[in-house]
Parts: sequence; structure tokens; C-alpha cells
Amino acid sequence: MPPVFGVLFDGLAYGMLLFLLSVGLSVTLGMMNFVNLAHCSFAMLGGYVTVTLTNSFGWPFFATLPIAFVAAAATSVVLERAFFRRFYNASDLEQCLLTIGIVFISIAAAAYIYGTIQQPLQLPPYLRASFNFAGLNFSVYRLFLMAIALLITVGLMLGIEATRFGAQVRAAVNNQRMARGLGIDVDSLFAITFALGSGLAGLGGALAIALVGLDPSFAFTYLIYVLIVVSVGGLGSIGGSFAAAMLLGVSDVAGKYYVPAIGAFLIYLVMIVLLMWRPTGLFGRR
Amino acid sequence: MTSEALAGPGRYLQAQIRWRWSEIAFWLATLLPFVLTPSYLLLASQVAITALFALSLDLILGYAGIVSLGHAAYFGIGAYTAGLISTAGWGEPLTGLFAAAIAAGIFGYLTSFIVARFHHLALIMITLGIGLVLQEAANSASWLTGGFDGLQGIHTWPMFGRFHFDLYGYTAYSYSLAALFVIFLIARRLIHSPFGLALRGIRENGQRMPAIGAPTHAHIRTIYTIAAIIAGIAGAVLAQTTETVSLETLGFQRSADVLVMLILGGTGRLYGGLVGAAVYMVARDQFSGLNPQYWYFWIGLLLIAVVMLLPNGILGGLSLLARRARAQS
Amino acid sequence: MKKLLSGLAGLAGIALALMGVVSAKAQDSVKIGIINEYSGQFADTGAQIDNGIKLYMKQHGDTVAGKKIELIRKDTGGIAPDLAKRLAQEAIVRDGADILAGFSLTPNALAVADVSAEAKKFMVVMNAATAIITTKSPYIARTSSTTPQLNYTLGTWAAKSGIKKVYTMVSDYGPGIDAETWFQTGFKEGGGQIVGSVRFPVASPDFSAYIQAAKDSNPDAIYIWIPGGTQPAAVGAALAERGIDVSKTKVLGQDALASETALKSMGDVAVGIISVADYDYTHDSALNHEFVKAFNDEFHRSPDFFAVGGYDGTHLIYEALKKTGGKADGDSLIEAAKGMAWESPRGPISIDPDTRDIIQTVYIRRVVKAGGGLQNLEFDSFPNVKDPAKARMPH
Repeated sequence: MPPVFGVLFDGLAYGMLLFLLSVGLSVTLGMMNFVNLAHCSFAMLGGYVTVTLTNSFGWPFFATLPIAFVAAAATSVVLERAFFRRFYNASDLEQCLLTIGIVFISIAAAAYIYGTIQQPLQLPPYLRASFNFAGLNFSVYRLFLMAIALLITVGLMLGIEATRFGAQVRAAVNNQRMARGLGIDVDSLFAITFALGSGLAGLGGALAIALVGLDPSFAFTYLIYVLIVVSVGGLGSIGGSFAAAMLLGVSDVAGKYYVPAIGAFLIYLVMIVLLMWRPTGLFGRR
Repeated sequence: MTSEALAGPGRYLQAQIRWRWSEIAFWLATLLPFVLTPSYLLLASQVAITALFALSLDLILGYAGIVSLGHAAYFGIGAYTAGLISTAGWGEPLTGLFAAAIAAGIFGYLTSFIVARFHHLALIMITLGIGLVLQEAANSASWLTGGFDGLQGIHTWPMFGRFHFDLYGYTAYSYSLAALFVIFLIARRLIHSPFGLALRGIRENGQRMPAIGAPTHAHIRTIYTIAAIIAGIAGAVLAQTTETVSLETLGFQRSADVLVMLILGGTGRLYGGLVGAAVYMVARDQFSGLNPQYWYFWIGLLLIAVVMLLPNGILGGLSLLARRARAQS
Repeated sequence: MKKLLSGLAGLAGIALALMGVVSAKAQDSVKIGIINEYSGQFADTGAQIDNGIKLYMKQHGDTVAGKKIELIRKDTGGIAPDLAKRLAQEAIVRDGADILAGFSLTPNALAVADVSAEAKKFMVVMNAATAIITTKSPYIARTSSTTPQLNYTLGTWAAKSGIKKVYTMVSDYGPGIDAETWFQTGFKEGGGQIVGSVRFPVASPDFSAYIQAAKDSNPDAIYIWIPGGTQPAAVGAALAERGIDVSKTKVLGQDALASETALKSMGDVAVGIISVADYDYTHDSALNHEFVKAFNDEFHRSPDFFAVGGYDGTHLIYEALKKTGGKADGDSLIEAAKGMAWESPRGPISIDPDTRDIIQTVYIRRVVKAGGGLQNLEFDSFPNVKDPAKARMPH
């Protein structure tokens, strides 16, 4: 098999990670129009939870993943109830400022508690291995990551298409006022969706450590990539986030392999071109 | 509606443009650092430069409703232009400033065609993308820009042949304050004019404006180009007063910081950018001095406090308090 | 009314500035303005430099030649040359600093060099590694290393050790490009052949594409240069995933590739990586063992080349002050610093009297399993290496 397939495989895995990190923001932004720039702080929280549990308490890696999800989700519920819901009617810019303030605080807190050093993570040895297929090496960890992401994607799509809750979410995203008018409790719906989205981000953060590392600046660094996925995919669309994340992961990696000189530009150029072609995103509302 | 507004748009504008004594007090206060805190003149100079940059963002964000996450592109172009002219041998500040303004204006005019066509999240991300692409390009073109190390060999000639840019910052602050004031006057005149009113119309309801005959796209392109020119001037002043230019002048961090400062001060109030820049930079300087490792925490707290207590930024919140005080009296 | 409040806000802003304390310059103290990164992306390296300074002062007291040493810490937050310059100017003008120290990042160091030259202040660079820094002011001395010093030596060593073909990959910014240039120069001068090279963007979360391209060109060794931070882990992951067998294809790099944190994140895939550095905490000398123990006791972590740069820089300041009898002006201190030689935890070092840059032993190390984890084992060294870049500059 030509080596490019190995590279594409890695790109797809990276894309799946971006999807996990972004899907929550896409849905909450589409549903409530609440600009939550602190989204990646929840991802960072999930990452640090996993690191603490494995390094300081000796938990096995797999067991920490659901805890990372729950911790991020729980924190988001607290923040949402205590804080965010007062600002649903505030202007976009105010929401920006508020959530940026939270990002700053989260970065300082992470630096204070964990220090600014890179967090090493000891994965179980079978996850660190690579296997050979058709003459190419593939990473077990990336395969594991893709499997989890696909499971979650399927779960989400089923959830949103085939359950009543999902139907309510779709209604609220499409037309909030109408949904309220029909008696749907949009506020609790949003709280639950927000928690789910942040939990997924937390899970994404935990899974990201072995791939891209973790330090206090994670909350800012990945915010840009998440915003790119969300805007290219279309607000409120799970399928859109998935497509955008795949596209970006693969084009990033392919660009770096074939034309390394412009490797860095490519992801931004792709975003600009796609947004100019479809300003509301690939699957966004017109 | 005030009685002037009822009397017709011309009289309304005339009333708006009269100088209030509070504005005069503000500008007199900017002279205080020379007398009261001369060891802070360099910081004051940086504040003035950033205030000018924030003012340029306010023109497009506060008045025309264009949210840009890549406004530092023009700041950086202005800075590099002024820097390159100096390294090429011509260090006269004012001519360098004009050249920088033109360079930034050209780039602003070209990008304004893209910017005028998009809205909401797409616009934000496109401006962000343009900024990031420009930063990468500047890094790659290290033969021109000096790359990571920054531009070396900038030497600014003394102002009018007499005033040196030295360690103490008297010339630096005078220069940046003068640039801020002059451009502020121009911006103020622009805002309190029919063009300014049209911009506010576009911000409030961009789709209806063409119905009353206002050429929306052309207006947006005009104000965007003007904002780019002003940002370029701010960048040039930075390059000339600090004699350094590096990639972060056109970076995302700078775009994000100025946006935060403007929102903090209050958008669409002309003074918002100035107040926001002053408060943010002085607060950062003080927090950083007290607690170099965790000043982020205190700044975050400050931002949250402002959002909670002062809606629409510092100036917005203060004007709300003032209105309440007036209503009670 | 609204504008009155804006005026008051302006006044308030200025009043906030009045909060800053203007300290009078005492006659019997020497103030060192430390321009460093205490927050942001580079906060960890800043912390280690600071730890090195703190340890030296703890061990040797805070009084030298009858003067009390006071530290004034200023945070640049990252790459911010205009801010660094202003902080240095303020340190001198407002706080009365006599000496400037610190400097991890080249753009910041270059900007402050102007201040050092104009104000005639002794400036000690404790980390930044670009060669030209010391040429920007006659008052600068460096106690870290230069990129050419390390990478040229590695290139020369690689050619001598029988490696014929190398593929280089570096981060696409100043220090990376510098490293690439000097490694290739050393390697080619030794008779080696560069079969391919790539420069990847600085913010590179994912290396698999680049490693694959390297593997495709079938070299004897791959030379990788990355800054510290998250990148070593990602590189290690890519090396394992793309199936690079380190015993067949050597991996060469600089210190950050094989730092303690990097090795912990990479795991066993790192065994066999060959790197060049001026310091490792496993260096086998009595002085270093004492240093490491004291550092561990104080800060609960191992020292690295950042910490030792801070430690030795403080030593330079102390010894220079002793030599000048406490005189802290730039001219006296730099004259005292030139030619100074001493035993550092890394080995013998000295300050070149011509270039004021550091002359030290450069070590070639290999990653081995030891001490319950992974460590660097020094197996070759080149003593008294001067900075080759300046040696080749026209005088």
C-alpha cells in the first residue's frame, strides 16, 4: 500500500479528535446562540482529570475516560446554572468577554495546580503499540480513538434522529421561539445539551493527551481549530461538524505530506474558501 | 429623542459634535503622565498606540457592526512597512508613517471586498483566517520580515531633527499621543456626519439600508479601508517608538486582545476603545508586576466583573448609572 | 454626562498607574532586572531559569562585595519584543536596575540588547540561543549555549561516526532554521550528504506526514529539531506509528527532543535517540550531583539546561561583582566577565573575551533505559567549543 494511506489514516484519527472536541460547541451555539469560548476549557479539564487519576491515583486509562466526561459535564452544569443562563440575552460580544474571562481563569488555575509543564501520560502498553497491515504501520491508539469517535457519532446521530429528546433538540435548533411555543422546555433542553457537549469536550481532551499533549495553554490553542470546525461544518449540525472535522484533518495531513512548504496555510485557506462558498457552513441553516 | 434630533438631522449632528467639557477633561488628563508619573511614559505611549488601534476597530465593529478577529493584519502591515523603510535607510518618522498608512490602506481596501459580502460567524472566521494566513506568510518570508527574530536595524531619526526617541519616553509619548489625538479628531468628525449615521443604520439593519438609497457595500468598504489605515498608523508608531517589529504585531493574540479591550471599554462610543485600552493595559501591567505567574487569573476576574456589573462595557455601564442618577434627581 | 464619565475613566486609568511604587536607588544594593517569561506558553522554561537563580542565591547568600542583591522580576508573557524592551527600560529608569538578566526568547533578547547598549548596562543572557545576540550590545555575556555551537558539533560528529545520508526536519522559525543550517554545514563539511529536508510549521500537533516523508527517502539518520513543549510527545508518537526502527535509522536531535519530560511522554520508543546538549542532570561529576540534589530538595524536580543557564548566569554576576569590588556599571562588569572561567555543574565553562559568548563542553548523548525510566547517557564530548557562527563572521 502506498505510504499516503498511512498518513491519511493518521489524518482521519486527528479529524475524529477534532470532531469530539467541536460537536458540543456546534450544537449549543446553534441552539441557543450562546458564544461559549470557554468550551476548550472543559476539554482541558477532562484532560487534567485523566492525568491526575492515572498519574497520582494509578487508575487504568480506560476507567478515567467516563470520569473525564462526567467531570466536564458536571462543571458545565454548575457554570451554566450559576452564570451563563443570565447572559443568554446579552449581546454576542458580552458573551465573548465573559467566556474569555473564564478561559483566562481556567488557564491560571491549571498553571497553579499542575504547573506549566507538559503532562506525561502513561498509556497501557497495548495501546502504545503499532500493528502492520498491508506493509504499513498503523497506530493502535489512533484506531482506538477512531473507534470511540465513531461509536459516539453513531450514538449521537441515532439520538438526534430517533429519540424524542433528539427531535426536541432539532426543533429548538431550527426555531427556538416556535419550539417554546409548542411547549418544549428549551431551557432544560439547553442545560442538558450543554452538559452533553461539554462532557464530550472533556472526553476529547482526555483522549487528546496521547496524541497532541496537554498543558495549560490547551484551552486557547484548540479553540481556534474548534471554531474552524464549527464554522465550516455549520452551526447546530452534528453531521456538519463530522464532515468538517474529517475534511480539515485529512487536508491538513495531506497538505503537509505533499506540499510541506504550505502545510500550515492549507487548513486556513481551506476554511476561507469553504466559508466563502457556503457562509453558513457545509450543513448549516440558510 | 432629543429636541435637536426632532429638529432635523443637520441640527442633530451639529449638537452631537459640540465638545463636551468632559471630553476636554479627558484629553487634559492624558497630559498628566508627563507631570505626575514621568517614569510611566513608556507604558503611556504603549497605551496610546493600543488606544488608537482599538479606535480603528471600534469604527468597524461599534459603528458598522463588522466583527473582525484579524484586525491586527493592518496593524502589522503598518508596523513592518515603517520598519522596513527604516532598515532601508530612511528613518524619518512622519514620512514613514504616511507610507505605512498607504500600505495598510491598500491591503484594507482589497480585503474590504471580501469583508463586505459576509456576516456573522462566517465573517469572523474569514477575518481570522486572513490574519492567520498573513502571519504564516510573514514567517515564511523571513528574508523580508526577519521572521521569528523580528526586524533588526530599525533606527528612528529624531523628530523634526531635534527630539530623540530615548529611554525615558518623552518623545515617544508625545508622538503617540499626538497621533492618537489627531486621528481621533478625524474619526469624531467622520462619525458625527451623514456617513456616520449611515454606518449606524447598516449596523442596526443592513438589509433595509439600500431601501433608503444607502450604498451599503460601498460604505462598508470605505469604513473598512479607513479603519485599516488607522490601524496601520498605530502599527507604524509602535515600530518607530520601540524600534522593534516582530511577527506578533500581526498575530491572532493581538487581534484578540484589542477586541477584548474594545468590548471592555464599550463599543460604539468612540471613547470606548481608549478607555478599554487604558484600563486593560494598566491593569495587566500592575497585576503582572504583583504576580508575574498568575496575572491571567486577575484579568479574567476583571473581565467577568465588568460583564456582570457594567453592561455594554465600562462606558456603557457608567452611562447607565449616570442615567439612573439623573432619573432619580 | 456620559462624556464626563469617560473623562473620569481616563483619570481613573492614570490614577491606577500611580499605584506603581517608584523605588529609590539605594547606594548599597545592586538591582538585577530579570526579563523572563513567567506566564504563557514559555512559562515552564522561565520557571526553571528562575529556579536556577534562586538556588544560586540561596547557596551563596544575597550579598556580594558588600552590596545586597535585589531581584526585579518582569514578565513578558511570551514573544513580545516591544513589551520586553519597555520592561527593561522601566527596570532601569523606574526601578534603578543595574544589570539585566534572563532572556529565553531571541526576539525579546534582541530588543533589550538595544536598551543595554544605550543605557550601558551589563546584560546576561541565560537561555536564548541565537548567535547574533551577543553582537548587539558590547555589554552582553551569555551563559547558556548557541544553536550553532550545539548543532554544528552534532553535524560534525555525525559525519565522523559513519552516518552518510541524513534527512533533516526542523520547525519553520528562527531557531529551527538556524539549527538546520548549522547541522547541515557541520555534516556536509564532514563529508555527509543531505538527502532531503523539510520545515514544518511551528504549531504542529501532528508529525506523521513528515516522518513518513523522511522514511520514504531512506536515510541513515533523521535529524529533528523542535522546541520543547508538546512537540516531543507528538514526535515520539509519530516515530512509533510510522515504524521507525531507531537501531536501523538513527534519530538525531538537540536537547529539547530528549528532555526529561519529553522522554516521559515518548516512552520506550525514545530509546536510542541521539542528542546534543550542554547539560543533563545525569552528568557524572561531583559538583553536578550536589547541584542536582540541592535542586531536587528545593524545587522537587530535576534541573535542566534552562536551570543551569540561570544558575551559571547568577554565578557570573556574583563573580564579576566580586572582581569589580561592587561597582555595577556596565563597563566594569563586562571587563570583569570577559575571560572568566569556572566549573559549572555541566562541566568547565568560560566566557570568550572576544565575543563575550560562552565556551563550553558539548556532549553527545544516547537515550538508554536507566534509573527506572529513561535517561541520557553522555558517550562523547567536545571540550572548549566556541560559537562557530561568530568565528566565521567578518571581524
